[in-house]
Amino acid sequence: MKRYSLFSLAANALRGQDDWPPAWRNPAPQGRYDAVIIGAGGHGLATAYYLAKLHGMRDVAVLEKGWLGGGNTARNTTIVRSNYHLDANAHFYEFSMKLWEGLSQELNFNVMYSPRGVLNLVHTPADIEAAMRRGNAMRLNGIDAKFLSRDEISAWIPNLDCSPDARFPILGGLLQPRGGTVRHDAVAWGYARAADALGVDIIQQCEVTGIRIDNGAIAGVRTTRGDIDTPRIGIAVAGNSSRVAAMAGIRLPIESHVLQAMVSEPLKPVLDTVVTSGAVHFYVSQSDKGELVMGGDLDFYNSYAQRGNLPKIEEVVAACTALFPSFGRLRLMRTWGGIMDMTMDGSPIIAKLPVRGLYMTGGWCYGGFKATPASGYVHAWTIARDEPHPLNAPFMLERFAAGRLLDEKGAGPYPWAH
Amino acid sequence: MMLIPCPWCGPRNQIEFTYGGDATVTRPAPDAPEAAWVDYVYLRDNPSGPHDELWYHGAGCRSWFAVRRDTRTHAILGSRPMDRPLKDGAVVNGARAPKGSA
Repeated sequence: MKRYSLFSLAANALRGQDDWPPAWRNPAPQGRYDAVIIGAGGHGLATAYYLAKLHGMRDVAVLEKGWLGGGNTARNTTIVRSNYHLDANAHFYEFSMKLWEGLSQELNFNVMYSPRGVLNLVHTPADIEAAMRRGNAMRLNGIDAKFLSRDEISAWIPNLDCSPDARFPILGGLLQPRGGTVRHDAVAWGYARAADALGVDIIQQCEVTGIRIDNGAIAGVRTTRGDIDTPRIGIAVAGNSSRVAAMAGIRLPIESHVLQAMVSEPLKPVLDTVVTSGAVHFYVSQSDKGELVMGGDLDFYNSYAQRGNLPKIEEVVAACTALFPSFGRLRLMRTWGGIMDMTMDGSPIIAKLPVRGLYMTGGWCYGGFKATPASGYVHAWTIARDEPHPLNAPFMLERFAAGRLLDEKGAGPYPWAH
Repeated sequence: MMLIPCPWCGPRNQIEFTYGGDATVTRPAPDAPEAAWVDYVYLRDNPSGPHDELWYHGAGCRSWFAVRRDTRTHAILGSRPMDRPLKDGAVVNGARAPKGSA
């Protein structure tokens, strides 16, 4: 791997930028690997990177049916945060935040982590109490949290409608200052380049069509590019976890749902933080290209279509123009959809599955992107040691039958309600 | 935009409806083993393709009914009242035939 540095950038600038080697190889699959990771999105690539870096497992392949980083890694709204209430979620996502903070240096790849803050608006007195409670829980877990008054928010974000007669009156907000955004594509590229440099084979255009099991243990995978023997498989295909787990005869407590996001036309800097509202389920930030990146609720029906319908777009835009009246003059430039693994309690599954040598990280609901580094870290740990890391032990598959649910919202076993 | 065929009201805009999830799960007997209850409450086939699912026509006749819909394309393959079997590709009308007719 050619390291990126001020010197290498300057040297290549003088030579017309034609001296860069490819950032990763494009190898053909071998007949056998010590471990196979299914899915070359952020989670799968991070898993392979930490397997090679921290556990000495370099004979690893990452199989990808399309191109790397082309699924949900490219479709999210790039927000990172750890503002969770339940201990297991708070500890896990805070570990992820700490990895984000050092990730550009770790990977020698600029992932453009921008700690611009994530602000959750509150609109009712009950909202205030819930936000205070969550903020206090976060601080007890060592996570930064600050309650802002309406006047503080109004002074900071002048285009937000903080007037008392607003459609959704703003009474304050809970801010996580270290939350923010990360360039999502760079996360996949950075992990791919660093994993490749450690000897990991990233094999694109190679779809897994079956999982081979011998005497209750993983024996290999069938793919569109031939069979591959391996004793360990890590599934990192959120959105399609049910389909891949079904290849091993496992049913999951997951439904696949479509979540849409959209961007406006680009404009000069108008918003230097991430603003969210749980009451209207809306979130917006401004990308470095100037687009306002917006999202809202699921479409609320099972889907694998990677596209949604217009009523949800209308809801997101209605919430946007109610909170930020001046944004009503913008035009939407693009909308798209991604498929979410919605679990029965709203929390992920990072676990050993009931076939020896089979592991998964998935069930990410709305929140997979921000978890990417920690998900890869603990998934790699679980694969290498055949036991969960303390941070993902609560995210076991057995928690549903055991009644140890991690239902942050208290919504019950209705996957689309989380 | 999905046009959902209500067995009683005919095709209507999706915004009139609320989703109710997988229509194939059935409630076990009260004395069924715990595994059957775990299966009923938590586990789903989550198919990529035709999916039988519940919808509620909240802004219309306020009835629950079942729809078969392809989760890969959102194409609706049929719908039926809760107590009638689905005929593939058909909307089974909920209205009973008037007395005396064939």
